[in-house]
Amino acid sequence: MITIAEIRERILRGETSARAEVEAALKRASDASGYHALLSTLDERALERADEIDARIKNGEDVGALAGVPFVAKDNYLVFGAPTTAAAKMLEDFVAPVQATVIECLEREGAICIGKSNLDAYAHGGSTENSAFGVTNNAYDMTKVAGGSSGGSAVVTALNVVPFALGSDTGGSIRQPASFNGVYGFKPTFGMTSRYGVVAMASSTDTMGCFAATAADAELVQSIMAGKDTKDHTTLDDYFTPQVQPPKALKIGLIKESMTDDVDPEVLARTREFADTLRALGHTVDDVELPMSKYALAIYYIVVPAEVSSNLARYDGVRYGLRADGAASLAELYGMSRDQGFMPENKRRIMIGSYVLSSGFYDAYFQQAAKARTLLIHQYEALFKSYDVLLTPTAPTPAFGIGENVDDPIKMYLADIMTVPPSLAGVPAISVPAGKSDAGLPIGVQLIAPAKQDALLFALAKQVEAA
Amino acid sequence: MSTVSSDDVRGLAQLSNIQLSDEETESFKTDIDNILGYIDMLGELDTTGVEPTYQVNDLRNVFRDDVVDAGPVAREELISLAPESLQHQVKVPKVL
Repeated sequence: MITIAEIRERILRGETSARAEVEAALKRASDASGYHALLSTLDERALERADEIDARIKNGEDVGALAGVPFVAKDNYLVFGAPTTAAAKMLEDFVAPVQATVIECLEREGAICIGKSNLDAYAHGGSTENSAFGVTNNAYDMTKVAGGSSGGSAVVTALNVVPFALGSDTGGSIRQPASFNGVYGFKPTFGMTSRYGVVAMASSTDTMGCFAATAADAELVQSIMAGKDTKDHTTLDDYFTPQVQPPKALKIGLIKESMTDDVDPEVLARTREFADTLRALGHTVDDVELPMSKYALAIYYIVVPAEVSSNLARYDGVRYGLRADGAASLAELYGMSRDQGFMPENKRRIMIGSYVLSSGFYDAYFQQAAKARTLLIHQYEALFKSYDVLLTPTAPTPAFGIGENVDDPIKMYLADIMTVPPSLAGVPAISVPAGKSDAGLPIGVQLIAPAKQDALLFALAKQVEAA
Repeated sequence: MSTVSSDDVRGLAQLSNIQLSDEETESFKTDIDNILGYIDMLGELDTTGVEPTYQVNDLRNVFRDDVVDAGPVAREELISLAPESLQHQVKVPKVL
C-alpha cells in the first residue's frame, strides 16, 4: 500500500523525485492494463508537471500538500492533457478547453494526474459494463465487475497504481465500487465540492469525491477539494475541518431496512461484525428504522432520469462531440448523433426522464417523487436527532459476475439500494472496507452523517482503521 | 400498472431527439414497462400537503455582481470544438 504522506515526504527529503514517482505510477498503470481500468494516460503532461515540481523543490519553494503525488481522475472530469470521453462515443475525441475546479485545487497543491479511468458511459450504471470502451475487471477477481459507475478509479486505487483517485457519486458511484474493491470511497455533503468541469449527470445529487487506501488520505484529498466555487452556485463555504482526535462515544443507528433477508448473508455478517467493532471502541449501536428506504430507489429513478434528460440535451452533434454523417436535416442530425453517441442505458434514462416530465405524467411521477424525497429527508432528520451516525452495508452483495445483470435494468439498479438514500438527502457517506467474503471478495459498510458533518465520518473511519 | 406501447416509445424517443432502430424500440418498450412498474410504487404514498424537494442544501438565488466575464477560453478555441465550422461559425444542415 502506498500513501500520500509517504510519497510526499520521500520527495521532499530528496529520496525520490516527482518525476520518478510519476514514472513509477505510469509503469504500474501499464502493468495493470489487463484490468482495463484506465481509458488514457497523460504521460507527457504528467512528466512535465513533475519536472516543474522537482525544479521548484530544488529552489526551496513550497510545493503543496500533495507535491508530486500521482492520481487518477474518472474520465468525466475535464483534465488537460487527455480527452474527456465520459466513456461514451459522443465524446470520444473531446479535448476539454478548461479543467474541473477540483482538478485545479489538487494541482495547486502539487498533485499530478497521470490517467483517466473507465466508467459507465455518462456515469449511468453500477458496474462499469456500460462503457463504450470495454468492461473494467474487479481488482480481486477478473470475472467480477468493478462496480460503478466510477469502477476504473476504484480498481486503480485497489491495485496501488496511485494512492488516490477521483470519482463522482450521484447515487453510489463512488461508494459501491469502493465496497467491491476493498478501498475507502467518500461521497461528500452535496455542495461541499464543486461540480464545475465534471460532465453533469443529475444536478441535484452529483457530488465529487475520492477513493483512497486509507481514511486519512481520503480526508486530506477532500479537504483540498472542499469549498465555494463561483462557477458552481450550489457550493457551500468551506466548512470542512479534519478532526485529529478520535470521536467521543457516538450513538450509531444500524438501519434495519438495510439488513433484511434480501441482503447477502456474508454482507450481513461483515456489517454486524463492524457494528461490534464500533461497540468495542465505546460507541453504542442500536437498530433503527428508516421506512422510506423502501421508496428511495423509485424516487431516485424518477428524479435522476428527469435531470439526466435535461443535462444530456446539450449533446446535439452541433457545437462539440460526435456528429453523425449523412443527416439531411437538423432534426435528423440531432436524432442520429444522439443514437450513435449514447449507450443504451443513456437512452433509457433520457427517455424515462422525458416520460416522467411530460405533461399528463408530471404530477404522478416527478412531482410525487419530489414530495416523497421530502418525506425521506424528514426521516433522516428525525433519526439524526437521536443518532450521530447511521450504518448500513454499502451494497447488498459483493461484486457480481460480469454480464450477470446486464439484461435486467432493475436488477442492476438494486445494487444501489443502500447508497441512493443519502444521495437523495444530500448527506455525506463513506464506504469503509469491512472484510471479505469466503470467496475473497471485499465487502464494505456505509457510514452516514448529517449534512456538513463529513469530518465526523473520517474521524470514525480513522478510529476503526487504527483499531 | 403503467404500460407503454411501441408508439409511446417512439414518441418518447422523438421527445428526446433520439432516432431509435425498430429493434431498440422493442427492447426499450420492455425495459421502460419494467421500470415504470417499479417506480409506480410511489403511488401508494400519501404526500398530501408535503412540499416537494428539488434542491437539498437550501441555497436559493445565489447572485453575483453583473460584471462581464469573458471566461478563459477564446472564441476561436470554442469554434474549433465544433465538428464542422465555416468562417468562424458552427455549420449545421439546412434548417428550413
